[in-house]
Amino acid sequence: MSTETREVEELANREYKWGFVTDVESESIPKGLNEDVIRLISAKKKEPEWLLEWRLKAFRHWQTLVEPRWPNVTYAKIDYQDIVYYSAPRQKKQLQSLDEVDPEILRTYEKLGIPLREQEWLAGVAVDAVFDSVSVATTFKEKLRELGIIFCSFSEAVQEHPELVRKYLGSVVPANDNFFAALNSAVFSDGSFCYIPKGVRCPMELSTYFRINAIDTGQFERTLIVAEEGAYVSYLEGCTAPQRDTNQLHAAVVEIVAMDNARVKYSTVQNWYPGDKDGKGGIYNFVTKRGKCAGVNSRISWTQVETGSAITWKYPSVLLIGDNSVGEFYSVALANHRQQADTGTKMIHIGKNTRSTIVSKGISAGFGQNSYRGLVEIKKGAENARNFSQCDSLLLGDKCGAHTFPYIEVKNTTSKVEHEASTSKIGEDQIFYCKQRGLSAEDAVNMIVNGFCKEVFRELPMEFAVEAQKLLGVSLEGSVG
Amino acid sequence: MLEIRNLHAKVEDNEILRGIDLVVRPGEIHAIMGPNGSGKSTLAGVLAGRDAYAVTDGTVSFEGKDLLEMAPEERAREGVFLAFQYPVEIPGVNNSYFLKSALNSIRRHRGMEELDAVDFLALIKDRMKLVDMDQSFLNRPVNEGFSGGEKKRNEIFHMAVLEPKLAILDETDSGLDIDALRIVADGVNKLRRKDNATIVVTHYQRLLNYIVPDFVHVLVDGRIVKSGGKELAITLEEQGYDWVREGTDRVAVG
Ligand SMILES: Nc1ncnc2c1ncn2[C@@H]1O[C@H](COP(=O)(O)OP(=O)(O)OP(=O)(O)O)[C@@H](O)[C@H]1O
Ligand SMILES: [Mg+2]
Repeated sequence: MSTETREVEELANREYKWGFVTDVESESIPKGLNEDVIRLISAKKKEPEWLLEWRLKAFRHWQTLVEPRWPNVTYAKIDYQDIVYYSAPRQKKQLQSLDEVDPEILRTYEKLGIPLREQEWLAGVAVDAVFDSVSVATTFKEKLRELGIIFCSFSEAVQEHPELVRKYLGSVVPANDNFFAALNSAVFSDGSFCYIPKGVRCPMELSTYFRINAIDTGQFERTLIVAEEGAYVSYLEGCTAPQRDTNQLHAAVVEIVAMDNARVKYSTVQNWYPGDKDGKGGIYNFVTKRGKCAGVNSRISWTQVETGSAITWKYPSVLLIGDNSVGEFYSVALANHRQQADTGTKMIHIGKNTRSTIVSKGISAGFGQNSYRGLVEIKKGAENARNFSQCDSLLLGDKCGAHTFPYIEVKNTTSKVEHEASTSKIGEDQIFYCKQRGLSAEDAVNMIVNGFCKEVFRELPMEFAVEAQKLLGVSLEGSVG
Repeated sequence: MLEIRNLHAKVEDNEILRGIDLVVRPGEIHAIMGPNGSGKSTLAGVLAGRDAYAVTDGTVSFEGKDLLEMAPEERAREGVFLAFQYPVEIPGVNNSYFLKSALNSIRRHRGMEELDAVDFLALIKDRMKLVDMDQSFLNRPVNEGFSGGEKKRNEIFHMAVLEPKLAILDETDSGLDIDALRIVADGVNKLRRKDNATIVVTHYQRLLNYIVPDFVHVLVDGRIVKSGGKELAITLEEQGYDWVREGTDRVAVG
């Protein structure tokens, strides 16, 4: 992408946030969860009756569930009655200039190469930006509208496009899917909605939009993406800038639907606060992400770079229903200090000639524990299904751990499943070789780690790949002497 | 340029270098020969700063500075280059990207401006010619999947780009075919200047026909037991190392 296009997009995004803010008064309700709280949330959002019912049903089911203990992570018990389930978007205290911002944060921004303007925005400095760019942004939004693309907050979609929301909400991740998905269904705050009509190719990455938007996403985020027949969209969630949030528990749900010949590419960069070196604080990131290749020749790709959070529990999956449909999962997960990551994917082959690719790169450093957990399931009718999985682990130091839990269930003999796994340690030899050429230990580690992750970074939108590389470097700082 | 005095070094509990003295002046080429396991790579490694080796005695000064005090990357930035006997593979890291980062960290250290993509490309295109290297090697991961000879040639390519003051070539000739040997030697000769120096570690006199040394040293059991001009290499090739070994015994006894 040219610098100009990029600048334009950035300006556009800056404007976009004004469009995104939903009109809620800044207030919260008391801690705790019961049916009244859910009614209140729904009422505040002026939701239709069916949606309230949907939430309540999810809540009732959630009450019958117990928190999963199978992930390879440990944490103190979460008190679900000690959480505030509704609060209006936090109003950021406006600062006058970057001088007022924590220098530590600025240093990280700089390392990530975030443009000054954006730094100001991220840090909450009052930006008296040249908003004559509004016209550019409007052009963008108009372009999307002209094409019939709907891209708005989830709440807005509930008001403006209730029939679409009702049709697809819960169609991929049912409200009773699992403990955290049920919780999310009951109390979700907001999120994004994206609808690409038949035959439309979304002309821009819905990326940088979201990147700014991500700042105010709540604890229980809900995203729904629908690509109609022949549609295409590339969607990017997250932000490389450090995301601090006082909420410890994050339980998001993302659903994707791809109809005949549709293609959805979903990329995530997750950099929530990981806690300090000793494991104090940090976000628990318990996410349910699933895509449904409903149509023939449809294709859903998940690409994720997970460097943040104290605990990550996340398995972006694809249901391969349409014949010849394709599911892909490319993942880099990093666990440094006391971080714990249990992540992977599920590829469920249902249709004929369905194909899936899994490339997982786990990096462990410090006392970090990294687990890959993946399921490849070939159902009876999945003639000639193909899967290729590759799980590589890289260890920095000898106090961290890497674990692999591949599950394979094959019920059709014409299918072919391949699994490759490797574990390697960053070699002294490699680091010495780099140093001998003049590189610092830090640069050497960055280079080796980024080389290790190359196959995944390749899948990211160009400008984001560059940031993701830097992000890994920042996250690994101090892990090798 | 380089002054090694009474250098002793050990690996774990084995003393490998047992009192090395060597002086290299700008513009000179020194060849070091010696039987397997005599400590040639150890010497190269100690000079480059590999931390598997512990220096137990002696001094090394490089351009008047205490080399042993410096971290390996600092030595590299000061102009010490080691062409590895066994070049290391770095999967996924593009050869030219690697070199650009290396060159720029050296330039930063020397207070020079970093090269941008365009200037760097011009530079490496020029240097590739020097070692007759195919363009395809630029975009492949560093040494990954390179043949033995290709790795050696890549080391000399690195050297050509980084332009060290002191280059130590550890058996760069082993594994090269006849043509490659000539090309690599040619490259080294073209890079030769009044203000840089080269130490060539080799087993074969053949290389020294192409890279003509000013001095030849014979390293046996961690000591330089004999030094001479280029004709010493020919004598060694004809008579083997027993001849010098006997020589040292006599010296030791007498
Ligand atoms: N890490 C190590 N641990 C134990 N012994 C070592 C180690 N590195 C080197 N040595 C020993 O030190 C001695 C010198 O090794 P060095 O590699 O310097 O020999 P060399 O002269 O380069 O031999 P060659 O001609 O075979 O390359 C050998 O006996 C070797 O086994
Ligand atoms: Mg050797």
